[in-house]
Amino acid sequence: SRDGGFGLGRAALPEEVAAWDIDVRPDGQGLPRGSGDVATGEEIWVETCAMCHGDFGEAVGRWPQIAGGWDTLNRKDPVKTVGSYWPYLSTVIDYVHRAMPFGNAQSLEPDQVYALTAYILYLNNVVDEDFVLSDQTFAEVKMPNADGFFMDDRPETELKEWTYEPCMENCKEAPAEIVMRAAVLDVTPGTDEAAGEGQR
Amino acid sequence: MKTPTRRAFLRGAAVAGAALSGGRAMAQSADPAITELRPWMQQLGEGVDARPYGHPSQYEAHVVRRNVPWLTADPVSSVNFTPLHELDGIITPNGLCFERHHAGIAEVDPAEHRLMINGLVERPLVFTMADLMRFPRVNRVHFLECAANSGMEWAGAQLNGCQYTHGMIHNVMYTGVPLRLLLEEAGVKAAGTWLLAEGADAAAMTRSIPMEKALDDCLVAWKMNGEALRPEQGYPVRLVVPGWEGNMWVKWLRRLEVGDQPWEQREETSKYTDLLDNGRARKFTWEMDAKSVITSPSPQAPITHGKGPLVITGVAWSGRGTIPRVDVTTDGGMTWHQARMSGPSMDKSMHRFYLEIDWDGAPMLLQSRAMDSTGYVQPTKDMLRKVRGENSIYHNNGIQTWAVNANGEAENVEIS
Repeated sequence: SRDGGFGLGRAALPEEVAAWDIDVRPDGQGLPRGSGDVATGEEIWVETCAMCHGDFGEAVGRWPQIAGGWDTLNRKDPVKTVGSYWPYLSTVIDYVHRAMPFGNAQSLEPDQVYALTAYILYLNNVVDEDFVLSDQTFAEVKMPNADGFFMDDRPETELKEWTYEPCMENCKEAPAEIVMRAAVLDVTPGTDEAAGEGQR
Repeated sequence: MKTPTRRAFLRGAAVAGAALSGGRAMAQSADPAITELRPWMQQLGEGVDARPYGHPSQYEAHVVRRNVPWLTADPVSSVNFTPLHELDGIITPNGLCFERHHAGIAEVDPAEHRLMINGLVERPLVFTMADLMRFPRVNRVHFLECAANSGMEWAGAQLNGCQYTHGMIHNVMYTGVPLRLLLEEAGVKAAGTWLLAEGADAAAMTRSIPMEKALDDCLVAWKMNGEALRPEQGYPVRLVVPGWEGNMWVKWLRRLEVGDQPWEQREETSKYTDLLDNGRARKFTWEMDAKSVITSPSPQAPITHGKGPLVITGVAWSGRGTIPRVDVTTDGGMTWHQARMSGPSMDKSMHRFYLEIDWDGAPMLLQSRAMDSTGYVQPTKDMLRKVRGENSIYHNNGIQTWAVNANGEAENVEIS
């Protein structure tokens, strides 16, 4: 057996790793070689993306909105898009390459991915219309919400606060009153019957 | 044969129960269920060759997963819900475990499935399923809760039933190999502090996992509750990440890459980040905090038997340990009673609780409050909103209230 193991499995060949390992990191590790401009991206977008995401990334129906929503993150109904929310350009390239178009994943060549990503950046006012995105120009792009995230801070903000011996008797100053009812909203499937009679 | 509906069953139970209220009753006339022969008392049933893989009784046909069509753009990247209100104990039957896919159910041929380990390792490796099954195995029971469970309830009471408000969870026994053994087989380099897990479906789901967790208690599992994973749960193999949000439990697991920093993939930037009131967002909120829900009575499981003995029951769980204690109130939190924990209590697993009361027929405001083994007490929704606002979508572990009226009907409500 192999040192420190059971001798199970076999060596992965470089072409096998290359076929599956297409992930891209924020620092650019994993970027495929290639390039694409905004105008080319628009053509591909109209052909393969716009039927769900809208001509300008505004979304059709309930499909995800890709562009817009700037400065809405602290409002009541935030609109989270690539331009308003996503912190890293690498994620756009990686995800489009890996999982889009929905239903025909991994059908895009690297140049097409770069072009589409350039168009998405243009729709979000991140780049000008003559921008060419490539593995070389990747580092020039700064995403608007790059600084919008921080590591889970529940240990400091919640866990200590909510570790205590809870009240068991006379815990409220006044008896509880109902302030909101789900039945009023009436959006639960199968609730055409009287509430509480059991949903089919 | 016509299948009696659940409503007919409940009505029958209600009639039978009405006679009981006010003490032990005497039947007015002989019960035909006793005095008249039933078909099953005379006729032969099906033989042992009729049901090679058994199904529940036809009278349990209402115990099914359900979805909420308006939640998502289409049913392929969507979610359905475990019927918690019909279950007891802590083990979720495989066919009822909620589903969450991002590109539908991948139907993977196990003979063609491969698991690759690459990146910062001494030996990049490829395993077949047969290889994986030659590693030492372990069995563990863990809950898998979607990060978005109860997410529709952030702004207030919305969906009427614990299946919908709390059903993005299941709890099963997994059989598999500790992830640590696979990583040791490949030899993680000193700089390897992060792990990327990737699925084989068309979503090619990817998540970054800190190496400390990967080496601690993660499993690469191929069995659930004793049998092969269901296709919708990642057949032939999935990642098990105990206590952490369900999105990280990558199904149809095909690749593990070792690196020296997180990949910041779509599912940990655009999704599974928690937006706070100030417009900034928490990322890498992995643990699922202590949580509980009363499964009966609940909107889909009303009281149909009238006054008298009533079993209040529910489930509790924590991603940070076990649940030694659950408190239950029937008056909206003025007075609490310690519930009775029953059945096995395992780390990062569901726990079952019961509170037996004598119901006087008065309206109730039912709540349950879990305490986990770290001493953390499940917060109210208002406590959560005070810290986070209403837009974080994920990680809603706030206390649930059911308003039970004098008829025994229950409703999802928020209270002062």
